[in-house]
Amino acid sequence: MSSKSKTPESADTAASVDPREVANFSAMAAEWWDPAGKFRPLHKLNPVRLGYIRDQAASHFSRDPNRPGLLKDLRLLDIGCGGGLLCEPMANLGASVTGADPSRRNIETARVHAREQGLEIDYRDTTAEALAGAGETFDIVLNMEVVEHVADVDRFIATCAALVRPGGLMFLATLNRTLKSFALAIVGAEYVLRWLPRGTHQWDRFVTPDELARALAAGGMTPQAPVGVAYNPLADSWRQSSDADVNYMMLAKKPGGA
Amino acid sequence: MAKAGRADCDVIIAGGGMVGLACALALAGRPGEGLAVQVLEAGTGGGGDIRASAITAASRRMLSQLGVWAALEPKTQAVRQMMISDSRSSQAVRPPFLTFDALGLADGEAVVIVENRDVVAGLREAVENHPGVTLRQGVRVSGYSQHKGGVEVAIEGAGGGEGAETLRARLLVAADGAKSRLREAAGIKCVEWEYGQWGIVATIGLARGHDATALQHFMPPGPFAMLPLPGNRASLVWTEKEASARALLALGEDEFVAEIEQRLGRRFGAVSLAGPRGGFPLGLRIARALVAPRLALIGDAAHRLHPLAGQGVNLGFRDGAALAETLLGAARLGLDIGSPAVLEDYQRWRRFDTLAMAAATDGLNRLFSNDLDAIRLVRDIGLGLVNRWSGLKDLLIREAAGDTGTLPRLLRGEPL
Repeated sequence: MSSKSKTPESADTAASVDPREVANFSAMAAEWWDPAGKFRPLHKLNPVRLGYIRDQAASHFSRDPNRPGLLKDLRLLDIGCGGGLLCEPMANLGASVTGADPSRRNIETARVHAREQGLEIDYRDTTAEALAGAGETFDIVLNMEVVEHVADVDRFIATCAALVRPGGLMFLATLNRTLKSFALAIVGAEYVLRWLPRGTHQWDRFVTPDELARALAAGGMTPQAPVGVAYNPLADSWRQSSDADVNYMMLAKKPGGA
Repeated sequence: MAKAGRADCDVIIAGGGMVGLACALALAGRPGEGLAVQVLEAGTGGGGDIRASAITAASRRMLSQLGVWAALEPKTQAVRQMMISDSRSSQAVRPPFLTFDALGLADGEAVVIVENRDVVAGLREAVENHPGVTLRQGVRVSGYSQHKGGVEVAIEGAGGGEGAETLRARLLVAADGAKSRLREAAGIKCVEWEYGQWGIVATIGLARGHDATALQHFMPPGPFAMLPLPGNRASLVWTEKEASARALLALGEDEFVAEIEQRLGRRFGAVSLAGPRGGFPLGLRIARALVAPRLALIGDAAHRLHPLAGQGVNLGFRDGAALAETLLGAARLGLDIGSPAVLEDYQRWRRFDTLAMAAATDGLNRLFSNDLDAIRLVRDIGLGLVNRWSGLKDLLIREAAGDTGTLPRLLRGEPL
C-alpha cells in the first residue's frame, strides 16, 4: 500500500497556503473539534456512527474489532468530510483515508488539524462526481449526513456507488422524512435546542430508507436493513435503535471482488 | 494504538502506587489489544507504606482480571466476623454489638485485608511481565504542557534535576496521591476540610490470634479499627485528636503497646509491635474537577476520604477501571483518547460515585466522633446499618445514579 504522505497534491496545496491563513484554519479547526462548540451534535453522534462503521467493516473484512489498526490496508473515502471528524478516527484505526469536501475552507481546516494530530490524511477539495470521473475506487465509502443536502439523490447515489470497488462497502447516515423527523430535527434541533443553525435542513429533501435502498440497488449495491439512531436525553448520548423514524444509518455492499 | 507518530506512548501515569499500577494494567489490556503505557514512580523501593487496605469483592474481581489476584491471595486475610462497639472513653470496651457472620454474608463476598506493600509488589510483578507497560522508578514529573495533538511531560530524577527529559503522549494521568502536584499544576481546586483528627497506623502481633475478626471500636475522638492480617498480625487505624496522636506517637514502645491494649481489651492476648508506626492528618478532599486538558485524576489525587470505611483504595480502583474502560472504548473507535469529549465521559461517570462516598464517610465520622447521649442513642439504633454498609451503599448508588453509576466492567469481573 502506498503512503498517503507522498500524494503530491496535498504537499503542493499545503505549500501554497500563507501563514495567516493557516492560523485562520487552525482557529476553525479548533471550532470544528470543540465538543461543546458549534459542532457539538456531530461529536455526540460520532461514537455511535464510528461503532457501527467499525463493527460492520470488521465483520465484512473479517477483522478483530478490538485490534489496533483493524482497518489497515483498506482505502476509505469520506464524502463531505468537513473538518475531518470521521476521517481522523478512521485513520487512527489504520485505514488509508481520503477526505473529500467541495469547500476549500473545510479541506484546509481538516488538513491543519490532521497535521496537528500527526495524522496523514489525503484531503481534497473535490466532489464525489469528480472522483468518480477520475475512475477512483475505494474499499469503504462513507456517505454520512450528506444525502439530505443533495438535490438529485438517485444520481448522487449512483455516482457514489461507482466509487466503491467490487466487494466493498458504502455507509450512509441521514434523516428520514417523517412527521417525527420534522418535529425533532427541524423544530427541535434547529429552533428549540439550537443545536444547529436555522435552515440547516430542508425537511422535504429528507430521504426515506425505502427511497435510499431503491437508489442503492439501482446503483448496483445491495442495501442492508436500516439501523435507527436514537437520542437519550438523560444520558445526553446517541445509540443504535430499532426506531429509524428520524436518524438512521444504512450499509450497502457491492457484490463481487476477490 | 491511536497515537501520533511522534508520541512515546499513549498514556503516561504519574504515580506507581496501587491505583496507578492497576490503572496501567487495565489500560494495557490483553497484549496487543490495549494502549501503550508508561508509569513514572518517584520512589525506588516499594516499601514505606505501612498501611493495610480492605479489599472488596469488586476490587478482587478487578485484580483477578488483571492477573494479580492469584499471587496476592495467600497474603490476604479474609474477615469472617466484624465486631462493632461503641463506648465512652472512660468505660471499658463494651461487648460486641453486631457481627457480620450473623448476617450470613456469602464467603466470596467477604472483605479481605491485605498490606498495601503486598498489593504494590503484586501489581509491579504483573507490570514487569506485561509488554504494554513500562515502569520507570526514581523519576517524577517536573511539569507538563498540553498541545493540540497531545501532552508533553517533563520528567527529572526524583533526587533533583538529573536525567531531565521530555515524553510525549496522548494523555497524562495523575495518580500521584492526595497531595497531587499535577492537580495543583492544572489549577484544579479542591473542596476540603480537616477533621482535626489524626490517623495512627501500626502493625501489631496478637498473642492469641485474631480469629479473622475485624474490630471497629467507636470512641469519642474517633474510630479505633483493627484489621486482621495473616500470621496473627493486625493493622491498626486509630483516630485521635491531633495533640493526643502526637503524644501517643512520641511514647516509648512499651507505653505505646499499653495504650493499644487498653483499647483492644484482653480478648486477643498480649500485643507486640510488628513494624514501624506512623501518623497522618485526616481530612476530606475532593477535587472540583476530575479532568483538565490532556489530564485525568484518579485515586487519592481525585479524592481523599476519611479512612473509616476503608474504601479509599476501592474507590481508586474504580476510577482506574472506569478510566481504562472509557479510554479503550474511545481508542477502539479511533477517537483521540485525550480529547475533551472522551475525558468528559470519564468525569461524568466517576463524579457521582465520588461524591456519594465522600458524603457518606464524612457523615459517619461526624456521627461517631461524638459523646453526646442523644447522638449515642441514634447511632446505637443505626449501627446495624453500618453493618450492611457496602450493600446499602451499592444499592443507593445503583438506584440513584442510573447510567452514571454503572460499575466498570473490570469490577464486574469482565475483561475490557
